[in-house]
Amino acid sequence: MSGIGAALLNSLDIGLLLFIIAVGLNIVFGVLNIINFAHGALYMLGAYLAFTLINIAGMPFWAALILAPIGVAILAVIIDRVLLRFIYSRDVADSLLLTFAILLIINESVRMIWGSGIHVVQPPDLLSGSVQLLGSSVATYSLFVIVIGLLLLAGLWYLFNRTRVGRIMRAAALDRDMAEALCINTRLVVTGVFAFGAWLAAVGGVMAAPMRALDPGMGDKIIIESFIVVVIGGLGSFPGALLGAIILGLIHGFGGRYLPEVNLLLPFVGMALVLLFKPNGMMGKGANA
Amino acid sequence: MKTKVLMAILAVVIAGLIAVPWIASYFYVFIFTEILILGLFAASFNLIFGYTGMLSFGHAAFFGIGAYATALVLIHLEWPFLVCLLVSMGASALLALMIGFLSVRLNEVYFAMLTLAFGMMVFAIAYQWRSVTNGSDGLAGFTLGSFGLGLDLTLANPSVYYHVVLGIVAIAAIVLYLICRSSFGMILKAIRQNPERVSFAGLNVRTYRLVAFVIAGTFAGLAGGLIAPFLRVASPELLHWSMSAEPILMAILGGTGFFLGPFIGSAAFVLLETWITTYTESWMLVLGIILAMMVIFFRKGLLGTAIDWWMEVKK
Repeated sequence: MSGIGAALLNSLDIGLLLFIIAVGLNIVFGVLNIINFAHGALYMLGAYLAFTLINIAGMPFWAALILAPIGVAILAVIIDRVLLRFIYSRDVADSLLLTFAILLIINESVRMIWGSGIHVVQPPDLLSGSVQLLGSSVATYSLFVIVIGLLLLAGLWYLFNRTRVGRIMRAAALDRDMAEALCINTRLVVTGVFAFGAWLAAVGGVMAAPMRALDPGMGDKIIIESFIVVVIGGLGSFPGALLGAIILGLIHGFGGRYLPEVNLLLPFVGMALVLLFKPNGMMGKGANA
Repeated sequence: MKTKVLMAILAVVIAGLIAVPWIASYFYVFIFTEILILGLFAASFNLIFGYTGMLSFGHAAFFGIGAYATALVLIHLEWPFLVCLLVSMGASALLALMIGFLSVRLNEVYFAMLTLAFGMMVFAIAYQWRSVTNGSDGLAGFTLGSFGLGLDLTLANPSVYYHVVLGIVAIAAIVLYLICRSSFGMILKAIRQNPERVSFAGLNVRTYRLVAFVIAGTFAGLAGGLIAPFLRVASPELLHWSMSAEPILMAILGGTGFFLGPFIGSAAFVLLETWITTYTESWMLVLGIILAMMVIFFRKGLLGTAIDWWMEVKK
């Protein structure tokens, strides 16, 4: 019983972390209509910036949690204004190619700046212990990830459904020309949404830093996981991202414990099954070619 | 007149390629072997990207499977090289059928994500299935025996291997060219331009996309079968997405709108890589910057830009 409880909590912290990252991918797709291949690289950048702020500059974890995502968001504004603005009016293939190029550039830059080795970030003292829960010992940091994930989930829901900024974003996602006709500065919305997506990726990166070792391949792993999440849930769907993330979290949490030898394959099997029966994802629509 | 000039240029290039081992050092024999193999890899990719309009980020899966298939057959069965290549093509065709079946049904954005994810799945299998693939070290220590068809060739000699590669790539390129020129190839082009129109004309777009995907995968597998004896190893890097990036860049570099574009892109890519890696370790950084610049400013590639420039001058 305690094994199941621990696996469940473990699934939840993986799932909510994945949600934070995948929802950023989803929001950018919804408004800009591009899939950002560099999203995982931005996540990695968040983690490495946190490493520098905490281990080199000696700042507390909390400061890094605020500052690193802001730094990545600023970089995203530059990427948008310098590179992406050329291709918004072009075929979707060009945006895929360009964000892929950005991914290669960021990956190699991280390797140049921080090296190919593994780096470790310690969790803050307050969260480094463990607590008894559901009859088993759980890392306090996992609970912290779950709490932050739920807070972000609630915050995003509130942002999109109850605020003016959220309504503007949704309007721009539905019909950009119409939004423009209603005096909405869609250029600003596009840049803002791209930066917001990058901010979410980086928050995920900082949160992940104390749980996982930092290496230049961490962005590649997470972008593939995020793709699996949005394919399972349905591209562009907010509840879909949550559902997909929780399903993938459960696959990792239970698969890692009970089926360790095929553990790496399970997410792909899950994705293939969803594709066979619901090609548009559990909550998506209109993706047929 | 125009076709005559083109044929003359092509004849000179082919004569030059045949003569490489006699006029250049071993170093360039290796470089040109690599250019030809990667050129075929990129040309197979361009059948689905340039012709059919499907941007795959997982083409290395078929290339890598081809390399592993040839390596496995050489290690365990020691069959002639030609048979190894056929096994490589069969294995990659089967894999392309499975991945394609799940991926071609969905739109461009989904297709890009799915090919990348399934490509990395194959990478994960090669990495984890140590008993068959030898994990991260890859398969090495295989030797080429006979060529097949009763021909007596010393494949271990780089010049002989270069000529074998040249012959096989030339035949494969002609077959690919005939496919592109056929009515099937015309339909693929029509699908890129307007899939709705094609399905209104009563054609099953999904089937055409799948067939194109399988053909492209099969030729990528052939290129993979050629690269394994050349590198003397089949390792997971051949399956990684950074390998999938190479045909994308070659096709864009040369020009996706032309059959020979990917081959020219391959030559530019390999020569550039050889030159740049003597100065810096960060080849991928340069690759990313070149890709970004090509996409933003020279979307037609070297060949397309050169032709545009030539037309401008003639006026």
